[in-house]
Amino acid sequence: MIARLSRIVAPVLFGLGFLGLWEGAVRGFNLKPYFLAPPSKIVEQFWSNASRIWEAASVSGMNALVGLVVGTVLGVAMSFVLSRYKFLGELITPLAIALNAIPIFVLVAVLNNMYSITSEIPRRFMVTLVVYFIVLVNVAKGLTQVRSTHVELMRSYAASEFEILRKVRVPNAVPYLFTALKIAAPASVITAFVSEYFGGSQNGLGSRITSNIANSKNAAAWAYVLGACLLGLVFYIVSVVLENVTSRGGGATNNNSK
Amino acid sequence: MSAVSVNGVSKIFNQGTPKQVDALVDVNLTVEQGEFVSLIGPSGCGKSTLLRLIANLLEPTNGTVTVNGKPSQQARLDQDYGMAFQQAGLFDWRTVSKNIELPLELKGWDKNKRSDRAKEMLELVKLPEFGELYPWQLSGGMQQRIAIARALAAHPPLLLMDEPFGALDEMTREYMQGELLRICAETGTTVVFVTHSIPEAVYLSHRVVVMSPRPGRITDLIDVKLGKGRTEDTRNADEFFQGITAVREALRGSHADHVASNAVRGVEDR
Repeated sequence: MIARLSRIVAPVLFGLGFLGLWEGAVRGFNLKPYFLAPPSKIVEQFWSNASRIWEAASVSGMNALVGLVVGTVLGVAMSFVLSRYKFLGELITPLAIALNAIPIFVLVAVLNNMYSITSEIPRRFMVTLVVYFIVLVNVAKGLTQVRSTHVELMRSYAASEFEILRKVRVPNAVPYLFTALKIAAPASVITAFVSEYFGGSQNGLGSRITSNIANSKNAAAWAYVLGACLLGLVFYIVSVVLENVTSRGGGATNNNSK
Repeated sequence: MSAVSVNGVSKIFNQGTPKQVDALVDVNLTVEQGEFVSLIGPSGCGKSTLLRLIANLLEPTNGTVTVNGKPSQQARLDQDYGMAFQQAGLFDWRTVSKNIELPLELKGWDKNKRSDRAKEMLELVKLPEFGELYPWQLSGGMQQRIAIARALAAHPPLLLMDEPFGALDEMTREYMQGELLRICAETGTTVVFVTHSIPEAVYLSHRVVVMSPRPGRITDLIDVKLGKGRTEDTRNADEFFQGITAVREALRGSHADHVASNAVRGVEDR
């Protein structure tokens, strides 16, 4: 009990200490507010701008959510196709990995040219693309990397390929899907923010941060950064909770001794 | 009708390529109903390959394999045998009971019949209270007992085992050997058993098939004269040690043709 408590208390104390140090440094060294705003000022700005931050967060959050859902659905669907037709996998996987390695969200600048300036489609498309590849690569791995003993067993039961898919490959891929979501959820938020830096409507958290910095409203910009952190955190926590709810028997698939 | 009949079987991997491996050459073997036969030999002698040919998980290059009087493919489709591997191979996302029920699900049994049979099998392997747990909550020996329960769930007349106790510690291993003999006696199941261990082969088997590598083939068939009711005392019987000596000499003899060494590599002498 004490050990558990200290596991929560220690990081909280560390975080508070860090904020205290930050506050103290800004006051003690008399740092100018346009250089570094003190936490107290940021929190103050956060509350006074709360409704506007909420509004901007819902725009960015909706872009991230739409991209996350569409990208996951497409990624899962494609991973089934790839695991069924091996040659397609060999064709597409290198491309997927290559695309995953470069910051593809810069493509949003090009997409912005293709749609009207107020359209959210380029940003959502960008998030979809990022999520799609993360989900595709992981779920395809889960569908194909099954233990050979399991496949031999199923064949000894005269199971069809479809039965092997349903009873071995799909359950095996479930933890891979949630691993993918744990990576993809924060990535979708980041992509949604960064996409806003490449033009389009100035309505999301990312564009608000840049416009506040442009107006030397340093503390307000930090307040929007705080909002961005909270939004990313929400996405991450939801993906972790989802994983815990679906994995029966508490980590059956992860903490496996074999 | 023999339980297993292997006639003039060869298995060549990567035929016609530089990586060609003659895994088995001209193998003949008959296993009678109710018989316990072990396949023993050093690594690469083709004992696992032979087991997979009987199971129809591999097709022979030449020759025929008959199981229960049917071609091996038909026997597989009819689930005429159960199989257990070195890894228990339980499914982590299924409870112990659901693991045992899997072959029955694939046979299209209804739910009540399946769960009744799972209970029966759990009684057989003496783990009746473990049905609702998940495999990772069990020890290695328990997992292997569940794997055996699953292999026997459909009451197949034949059990094929590929080093099922190879990953267990010595104490658990001897206990499992006793349990396997008890289960086979209760169910009348025929067993083909692949092992690396000479004492294990002798203790369990009516006959030990000694195999040799490069190319994989059968070099000796040794009858073990330990009778039916084997107990822990059997491990101290003179006949047991005579059997061990006979198998060891057969392994050396088969091996000396190829390697100028007394050591039989890949075979445990314990």
